[in-house]
Amino acid sequence: MKGLGRWAAMACAVLCLGAASDPGERLADPAQEARARALFKDVRCLVCQNESIDASSAELAQDLRAIVRQEVAQGRSDVEVRRFLTDRYGEYVLLKPRFSWANAALWLAPLLVVLAGAGLLIRRWRVPPPEPDLTSEESAALARLSQASRSDPGSAS
Amino acid sequence: MIVEIGAFAVILSLVLSVLQTGASTLARIRRSPVLAAVGEGAALSAFAALAVAFAALVYAFVVSDFSVANVTANSHTAKPLLYRVGGAWGSHEGSMLMWCLALTGFGALLAGYGRGLSAGLKAVAVATQGALGVAFLAYTVFASNPFWRLADPPVEGRSLNPLLQDPALILHPPFLYVGYVGLSVVFSLAIAALVEGRADAAWARWVRPWTLAAWSALTVGITLGAFWAYYELGWGGWWFWDPVENASFMPWLIATALLHSAVVTERRGALPGWTIFLALGGYTFSMLGAFLVRSGVLTSVHAFAVDPTRGVLLLTILGVTAGLGFALFAWRAPAMARGGMFAPISRESALVLNNILLAAATATVLLGTLYPLIREAMAGEAISVGPPYFNLTFTPLMFILLLLLPAGPLLAWKRADAGAALQRLWVAALLAALAAVATLALAEPRSLFGAAGLALGVWLIIGSLTEVAERIRLFRVPGREVLRRLGGLPRGAWGMTLAHAGLGVFVLGAVFETTWKAETAEVLALGQRLEVAGYVLTLEDVAPTLGPNYEAEQATLRATAPDGTLACMARPERRLYSAGGQTTSEVAICTRGLSHLYVVLGERRTGVDGGPVWLVTGYWNPWALLIFLGPGLMAFGGLISLSDRRLRLVAGRRAAPALAPAAKPEPVGELT
Repeated sequence: MKGLGRWAAMACAVLCLGAASDPGERLADPAQEARARALFKDVRCLVCQNESIDASSAELAQDLRAIVRQEVAQGRSDVEVRRFLTDRYGEYVLLKPRFSWANAALWLAPLLVVLAGAGLLIRRWRVPPPEPDLTSEESAALARLSQASRSDPGSAS
Repeated sequence: MIVEIGAFAVILSLVLSVLQTGASTLARIRRSPVLAAVGEGAALSAFAALAVAFAALVYAFVVSDFSVANVTANSHTAKPLLYRVGGAWGSHEGSMLMWCLALTGFGALLAGYGRGLSAGLKAVAVATQGALGVAFLAYTVFASNPFWRLADPPVEGRSLNPLLQDPALILHPPFLYVGYVGLSVVFSLAIAALVEGRADAAWARWVRPWTLAAWSALTVGITLGAFWAYYELGWGGWWFWDPVENASFMPWLIATALLHSAVVTERRGALPGWTIFLALGGYTFSMLGAFLVRSGVLTSVHAFAVDPTRGVLLLTILGVTAGLGFALFAWRAPAMARGGMFAPISRESALVLNNILLAAATATVLLGTLYPLIREAMAGEAISVGPPYFNLTFTPLMFILLLLLPAGPLLAWKRADAGAALQRLWVAALLAALAAVATLALAEPRSLFGAAGLALGVWLIIGSLTEVAERIRLFRVPGREVLRRLGGLPRGAWGMTLAHAGLGVFVLGAVFETTWKAETAEVLALGQRLEVAGYVLTLEDVAPTLGPNYEAEQATLRATAPDGTLACMARPERRLYSAGGQTTSEVAICTRGLSHLYVVLGERRTGVDGGPVWLVTGYWNPWALLIFLGPGLMAFGGLISLSDRRLRLVAGRRAAPALAPAAKPEPVGELT
């Protein structure tokens, strides 16, 4: 059931195996290369379905990797590289949405659900559930039983 | 001719489902056993008719009848038989037919095995199941009919995407659909409980086996999908937080929550409203999954095969079904009894906490999947929500849940002693701490996340076993008594232990693989080598090979272990499927203990000296096997639980009253 979308995306990925680690693209400095690779994981391949440029072999992903590597090689910080990318391609390029008011619901929702659940649970502890009212037959039966047991304790069972 | 029989059988099944709904509804209104029997008969016949239709579709694929549009689009004469059969459910139309097959199949099971249910409850459940069938069958007949003919049949088909030509992916949809659609029975039972106005212990006992069956199937289906992604997509990943994966994961999370809340309703009569809510939610998320995957709404910016008309229809089915279900819930649930009280420290509280965290996790996955759509619709801005988001939100929630998990089964119902439960867990805590320290000391590079994750895995596995050790009074009573107790443990208890320990096994694998995987890529000429995690891969040969419907380049690499011995000969391939012109990669996996040496052959290039060179990537995926073994254990635990005498579908009545109450003095719970 992994549908069309899925395999279309995967097809895109498969065509460019080991894309990001291609020796032809690598930076000479291993520390910089590692930083660039870490950044790749947070950058979306814009033409793929839901993939980072780390995994994709699409041409655009290749270009984006080149840009990120170039920025890293020039000594830019992670924040600067991300800003450079969002300035050019919009927030869409980041796989990790920014902490902003527009994304407040997204980031806070998990916490809110936990708090709401905890609130309900605490209320459940505090308020005892209402005793269900006895039906008329049940009250009659109760009265009969208590009377019977009072008059003849031996036969009550 | 056979194709026409199939087309006719689908329509017949639709008519019978309408009959099933009508007769069972009337049976409930008039309290008529005759009409109820008619409804049940219709349910059984609807399934029989659809089985015929499905067989006809498989037949059309096997004989490559290209006058059928669906066969032309998804099959090819050169495809091996297995994949021609599997192609029957590889397409949109075929998979929706399989969905209907599962829906009517579960309807037939409900009708045939629901003997222990009260007449009214059963009639409403069968009627609801029929109505769910009508919706999807009508969709299949009118909007997505797999039997539509072509006026001008071609000589050859367009073939199934080669990525899908894989044994795991042939099995993946049936399991997933049994799981998705198994939750429809739970949905129907929830509607029945709302109509009848009661969700008591007997009702909850009916919900459990269906949920367990659906949950086990979903677990297997999702794991197969992850395993397929792992070895077929060729970069060693197994979970991508892809919308399609999320679509199958959300029903699983809800089913997991439901399994636990149904225990509370069954044992203590508490939380009936919440259990019904989850029961409605499970199938709703299944339908949402079908909609997300089938409509292409989440890939709308791309030109992939999407069908907006069908998407709208599926959304309508989803909206109407879930809308009616939850409206009924809003109307009827407040009047339901709330059940017994429990103290803050109790088994009930632990299970509620499990449900809160699972609900929050589901909400996180749902929001992460849909948020880009919401933002785009509201503000017109495009954003992406990818794996980094889920790692920051979902993972902590799960961490808390798994940290608390081993204590849950050790708590008594109503009022428990937290100190005593924690005291029993000292062995697990000690071993977990040791695991963390050892990891920090030994594993390179040092990782706090890795150490915490491994400790969590050990804590889960040992903690789950502690519960069994407590029950059999290990080391406290003589050996023979221990064995007697061990033999007397209900299968439900074994199932729970296996599932919880399986989760621990999965955590170990997932954490170890994610933290300490290694990767090396090199461009190699014949005779050259690359090194990954101490293993040396030497490219010895690259030769062309020919498959049934593809041509391939197969590399032979000698993998030498760190101690100098031969680890294995790895033979990764790069295949070209001529029918569709796609290239795929067939990775080679050497299993070394629990770990995988994973070798991928990339494209051929021209080297500096003009000779051919190949891009070869080697991955070291430590403990990768556990990632798939863990969920396997969990699903197996589900099956063991399902075979428990007390949950057996046919045995409607409970066997427990036959035992004297004095025979079970254990405060440690009996069934989970």
